[in-house]
Amino acid sequence: MGKTIAEKIFDSHLVDNPFGDIHVIRLDAVFCHEITTPVAINDLAERGLDKVFDPEKIKAVIDHVTPAKDSKTAMQGKILRDWADRNSIRDFFDIGKNGVCHAIFPEKGFVRPGYSLIMGDSHTCTHGAFGAFAAGVGTTDLEVGILKGVCAFHYPESIKIEIKGKLPEGVYAKDVILTIIGRLGVNGATNKVIEFCGEVVDSMSMEARMTLCNMAIEAGGTCGICAPDMTTVDYLWNFISDEFGSKEEALEKYSEFTADEDATYTDTLIIDANELVPVTTFGFKPDQVKPISEMTGEKVDQVYIGSCTNGRIEDLRVAAQILKGRKIKEGLRGIVSPASPAIYSNALDEGIIKIFMEAGFCVTNPTCGACLGMSNGVLAEGEICASTTNRNFNGRMGKGGTVHLMSPASAAATALNGLITNSELYRKGDK
Amino acid sequence: MKTFNGKILFLDRADINTDEIIPARYLTEITKEALQPHLLDDLVLDGFTPPLDVEINSVIVTRANFGCGSSREHAPWALEVNNMNIVIAESFARIFKQNMFNCGMMAVELDAADIDRLFNKFSGKETTLTTDMEKKEFLFSCEGEDERLTFAISEFDQALVKAGGWVGYANDNY
Repeated sequence: MGKTIAEKIFDSHLVDNPFGDIHVIRLDAVFCHEITTPVAINDLAERGLDKVFDPEKIKAVIDHVTPAKDSKTAMQGKILRDWADRNSIRDFFDIGKNGVCHAIFPEKGFVRPGYSLIMGDSHTCTHGAFGAFAAGVGTTDLEVGILKGVCAFHYPESIKIEIKGKLPEGVYAKDVILTIIGRLGVNGATNKVIEFCGEVVDSMSMEARMTLCNMAIEAGGTCGICAPDMTTVDYLWNFISDEFGSKEEALEKYSEFTADEDATYTDTLIIDANELVPVTTFGFKPDQVKPISEMTGEKVDQVYIGSCTNGRIEDLRVAAQILKGRKIKEGLRGIVSPASPAIYSNALDEGIIKIFMEAGFCVTNPTCGACLGMSNGVLAEGEICASTTNRNFNGRMGKGGTVHLMSPASAAATALNGLITNSELYRKGDK
Repeated sequence: MKTFNGKILFLDRADINTDEIIPARYLTEITKEALQPHLLDDLVLDGFTPPLDVEINSVIVTRANFGCGSSREHAPWALEVNNMNIVIAESFARIFKQNMFNCGMMAVELDAADIDRLFNKFSGKETTLTTDMEKKEFLFSCEGEDERLTFAISEFDQALVKAGGWVGYANDNY
């Protein structure tokens, strides 16, 4: 019988099958940040187990609140920093070199097709874009991952989502995934892997695939996953050229982690891209999705462009195209946070940062901060934010605040107009 | 092993997320105890009155997809330090459910019809849960009215509850 991508990864990583369908699998990487790791570090120390299974396979970053905003966040950073140092974790990214975990780790080549990896962060599903099984876990799973290099999961069932056709102008990966979450519901993929395929996914960049996989968790999915192809190989080539004679050779090897024709899925959803429109969320759940055209005219106080969903260079380019030569609405606060130092640096070279600044945006260092209401753009009670992030939960970006999720193009257009706005208005050159 | 008995807090809404259980502004804490005053801080729900409802109850009964959103284990910890070791729901988000058992706590699913009946019969009244781990049976009692329901829990989850969590289990076995 044929296998899905996730099944192939599980079968090649099996350590133990202690009960029923529980598979304890070997991990190729364990990612850590300063919010969910310190409690694991302290607990390991208390148990007299202050060690790591393999310092080369553990990657750590301070990203949620950076630079530290107070003594508590400074201590979280210190615990992670000291731990990385005493355990010889070389790939530790501190201030000046740090970025949002799900942007910086792929950029550094830490994710490969066929990998299994965990992190104490629900958006770890992002890394499935590389044909990897990547799951967000809690601190206890993370702790065992750090100590033993294993994690337990139910053997994965998958949902197949085929996106056919071609995306219309003004419709981006964010609109695709929000539309999918709207159809699946917030628990439509619980305990399942979402395998994305079809012409649209084939033609997507790695950045767009990461946006797609990033929000699999918002439908309850364990991981989003895209089959590795030449786009994946091109993205990784600088890191893998020593291992393979040619890109074709790399692709052949990685093709091991594509789904079989006769693989079994619990569900198949076919999306016709030609019918998609720019969308946003209303209410407090990410499956409450409407076309932007039905929401135009909603006033916003703040526009936020950044995060592990949409803070990559492609996202900034799209927003900058719309903002170029224009000013954001008087009284509206615009914040852009390039998701990694490399993205920030590229955006500087390309003149994108200047466009944002001239439009009236505040440019922050790479950090998760505002997305979860921890720092760098927290909302006041009653305020509304149009945001390229991933969660519109009640109070997510600040107690009493409301979030409308949307693509960077729609967020840029909204910043110019001060009201939820379709980017079409500005793509046609109207001011 | 923890105990899974006590007064019940009924939360009548689906999709209660971990941001509502423990908001991100408290994720700067590095001890579980520091989360104690903040459980369900951002939950706005008719019939839910913090902090009293949190103080007097030890069990949560709720609807579908409890614990969705962020992977923060601070959600189970905030429950644990408030003496709430068990949540009974129609369904759970995967990470939250795993986190509960990883801490030696319980997240038990009952059929939607059973959850409905519990709400209809007991919500708004002082109701107590007694859990029999051997028989895998819940006893709900309120003013002489009893309801017994058997529950299912996987062998793995049961092993985690017995071991007091996943770290102990994994360290012994891997």
